[in-house]
Amino acid sequence: MSIPLSWFLILSAALFSIGLFGVLARKNAIAILLGIELMLNAVNINLVAFWRYGTIAEMAGQVFAIIVFAVAAAEVAVGLALIISVYRQRNTVVADDLDLMKW
Amino acid sequence: MATETLIWLLPLPPLLAFFLIVLFTNKNKALSHTIGVGAAGLSWLASMVVFFRAIGVEHLGSHPFNSSANWLPTGDTFFRIGVLIDPLGAAVLFFVAWTIFMIFLYSVGYQNFGQPKGDHDINGLPPHGATVTDEKGKKHTVLSVEPMYSRFFAFLGLFAFGMYTLVVSDNLLTMFVGWEIMGLCSYLLIGFWYGKPSARNAAIKAFMTTRIGDVFMLLGIAFLYSATGTLSFREIFTAETLHMLATTPAFFGLSAAGMIGLLLFIGTIGKSAQWPLHVWLPDAMEGPTPVSAMIHAATMVSAGVYAVLRMFPLITADFTGHGLTATMSIIAFIGAFTALFSATIAVAQNDIKRVLAYSTISQLGFMIAALGIGAYVAAAFHLITHAFFKALLFLGSGSVIHGMEHGVLHTGNHHVDPQDMYNMGGLRKKMPITFWTFLIGGFALSGFPILTAGFWSKDEILADAFAHGHWAVFTTLAVAAFLTAFYTMRQITLTFLGEPRTKEAEHAHETPWTMTVPLIVLAVFAIGYGWVGIPEHFPVLGGLIPNWFHEFVGGTLLEHPEAVEFSIWPLLTSLGVALGGLFFGWLVYRNVTSVKEDKSQIPVLKNKWYFDEAYDFLFVKPAYWFAETFIYKWMDKGLIDGILHAFGWIAGKLGHIFRNYFDAPVVNGFGDVVGEGTKKIGSAIRPIQAGRIQYYMVASLAVALLVAVLYFILA
Amino acid sequence: MTAEQIIFLIVAAGIVGSALMVVTTRKLIHAALWLVAALFGVAILYAILQAGFLVVVQVVVYIGAIAILFIFAVMLTRRELRDQGPQVRKGWWVAGLLGVLTFAGLSFIVSQWEGFSKLAAEIPADADTLGSLATALVSPNAYVLPFEVASVLLLAALIGAVYLAVKK
Repeated sequence: MSIPLSWFLILSAALFSIGLFGVLARKNAIAILLGIELMLNAVNINLVAFWRYGTIAEMAGQVFAIIVFAVAAAEVAVGLALIISVYRQRNTVVADDLDLMKW
Repeated sequence: MATETLIWLLPLPPLLAFFLIVLFTNKNKALSHTIGVGAAGLSWLASMVVFFRAIGVEHLGSHPFNSSANWLPTGDTFFRIGVLIDPLGAAVLFFVAWTIFMIFLYSVGYQNFGQPKGDHDINGLPPHGATVTDEKGKKHTVLSVEPMYSRFFAFLGLFAFGMYTLVVSDNLLTMFVGWEIMGLCSYLLIGFWYGKPSARNAAIKAFMTTRIGDVFMLLGIAFLYSATGTLSFREIFTAETLHMLATTPAFFGLSAAGMIGLLLFIGTIGKSAQWPLHVWLPDAMEGPTPVSAMIHAATMVSAGVYAVLRMFPLITADFTGHGLTATMSIIAFIGAFTALFSATIAVAQNDIKRVLAYSTISQLGFMIAALGIGAYVAAAFHLITHAFFKALLFLGSGSVIHGMEHGVLHTGNHHVDPQDMYNMGGLRKKMPITFWTFLIGGFALSGFPILTAGFWSKDEILADAFAHGHWAVFTTLAVAAFLTAFYTMRQITLTFLGEPRTKEAEHAHETPWTMTVPLIVLAVFAIGYGWVGIPEHFPVLGGLIPNWFHEFVGGTLLEHPEAVEFSIWPLLTSLGVALGGLFFGWLVYRNVTSVKEDKSQIPVLKNKWYFDEAYDFLFVKPAYWFAETFIYKWMDKGLIDGILHAFGWIAGKLGHIFRNYFDAPVVNGFGDVVGEGTKKIGSAIRPIQAGRIQYYMVASLAVALLVAVLYFILA
Repeated sequence: MTAEQIIFLIVAAGIVGSALMVVTTRKLIHAALWLVAALFGVAILYAILQAGFLVVVQVVVYIGAIAILFIFAVMLTRRELRDQGPQVRKGWWVAGLLGVLTFAGLSFIVSQWEGFSKLAAEIPADADTLGSLATALVSPNAYVLPFEVASVLLLAALIGAVYLAVKK
């Protein structure tokens, strides 16, 4: 393969930053979760790229990525359940309205 | 037993008696007086043994009985104390032992041993009589026993100890110790009946007045010690030491010897009640009569004269035989003046004991005057004879008072003073033994020729004064002798002669043997003691009996004094004043029946020349003012309390300042500021925690980036 | 510029573009769909990286489950007029700045690594990457534990989600 590793890494960094922006800047709680998904994907890209460009026999990279998949799935499930639950209670999904964890 | 050991031991029995009675036998009257009289008897016995051994020694003066021991370490050497019996000491010891023993015996009867307890007798007041019912059911009052009987003997024991110590001492320090013990005991005994305010005041007066003399005496002792380094008589009275003291100048133009002699003499002025410190002695009559006898005849006042006799070599250290030194002149003046002065007061007194008190002062004046003019042996002689007949007179007056008290209790009229001579009269029939012994004593005091001891001693003083040309002293003493005889006869006439003037006097009767036997014994001495001192050149009688006294006592001095040359004039003067005074006294008073007829009641004389009032104004009142106003009000309450109050006030103010200007604002304030400040900062910062999660995330990310950047820049 | 590189660039642009649309689009449904696009792009990337299993897992799990879940959630929580008005918070430029900074920082850090520009090694013809992966996941010497833990995690998530969603 003729693609330098750096391209993957830069891509992953960019995707991560975009996801970060989404987390920090979006009002809607679901949109925040979308941002998180982007960040997780960026991580996955990084992991698989390192597997491919490192020791191929060493399966750690892929295994890690698989675990990340599982975690992402679990997290989304629970997160969305939470958001729906909150929506049922308070009739809002705007993150800024959920401010009980304060003084 | 060795004589020195006996001498060490002889003061001790009375001391032991004091402790035993005070600690153990206070409740048992019989046991207490047995211990007391027994102790006096033991000391008397030891003294007699010592005396008879002493007179057997040839030239006792050059090698007296002397024993001393190391006592105080003073640097390299020791201060030694010890005992000394030289001829003077032996002679004095003789009369001291006899009179003390007689007084102890007399006290048993005087304090009414054997009588019932009084109806309402209290400790501290004289006994008041007990009601006794006889077989027929008739009640009459009799004399009651003294409630503080044992205490009396205890105090007498302590007193005797003090006197014996003084007599046997070989150094000024222990002599002074004995001196002071007697001072204390005089306080205790004069104030024996402490329930009477007059007795209390008299005790204080006696102590204070003698104390004034004692201060100067102590100064003299200190001066002597610093000048010679010793207080032992044997070491001071050596020719070299005396010469050194006589030639060293001291203050006021006196030599050291003269100064020391004068200071020590001031102690005698106090103790022997010479003018101007005479005021305590008449008041001291408040004590029981044996005390008066003890203090004013036998012992305490004699101690003063004894002290001057002892220090005679010192006083006469710069005396060359021609013209008296300054010290001696002062001594002679005070002696002669006091003799005349108090004789004039005695003439106007109506209390039987007061007459005797002033007479004592007067006779002591005689002795002091004799010492002042250098008549050593005469003064010693008169001291001893006076001790005997004055003790006799006092004990006799006590007997008279007891008799009168019988009468007072019989009639029940307590307003009659048993001591007032104008309530007496005719007692010669009721109390014969007392009368005859009192008469002998009174004649001895007046100087009745030949038969009485007083004649010989008084005549010797007059002869010495005449022979050495001291005319002022001679005349003064002669006039005083006349007055002495006059007031003595007045006293005897009013008391014993004539008819009883009151019912109480009619009912008087003789006192028990414990009181009359001492009177008889002392009367024997009052007559006989004179005969041991008959001058050699006396017409007819002189030379028949050698003048043992002059030889013996004169041997005490370094240079044996010469016997005075006989001259008829002082003898005639003596006879004249004595017999004349006695005759006039009898003449004037045989028909006087009451005070109003008494021409001697001149106010100045009756009031003792107003000396008491003068001293009160000059010394007593200022002292009270000083104590009450100056010290108590101004110093104690004003200054000292004021300082304390100031401290308290300052402490309060400081506390207030600290509390309100430091503690509350600064300390509390700081605490409050910290607390409030934290709250305020907390409230201010609290809104940061908005609860919005994205905001938290932004903030934490920003900080993380910042840290990373810094890390990379700095690393 | 090899064919691989060109394909990569096209795919990368697609991913980045889709991602940007996810985070900026106003309508949430559109964001979810743009996410699907981005996930597809990532799947293609896995294919380029010759991780075949992961391609399938990405499509099946991410797109097939997670993205679908997102669409369900959006549906369940939508309301009229919700998607109107700005969809970013007030301080969105701070987030943008931070994002840029993060990107810059990450790139910089990674570029410092000496293996930054290395090229991939050829996979040997006889290497069975899929078989090795399978073995690794169940081998006690390898990663069976994380594998099992992941399954427990999923179980927990399942129970949790059910519990949360159940109407009381």
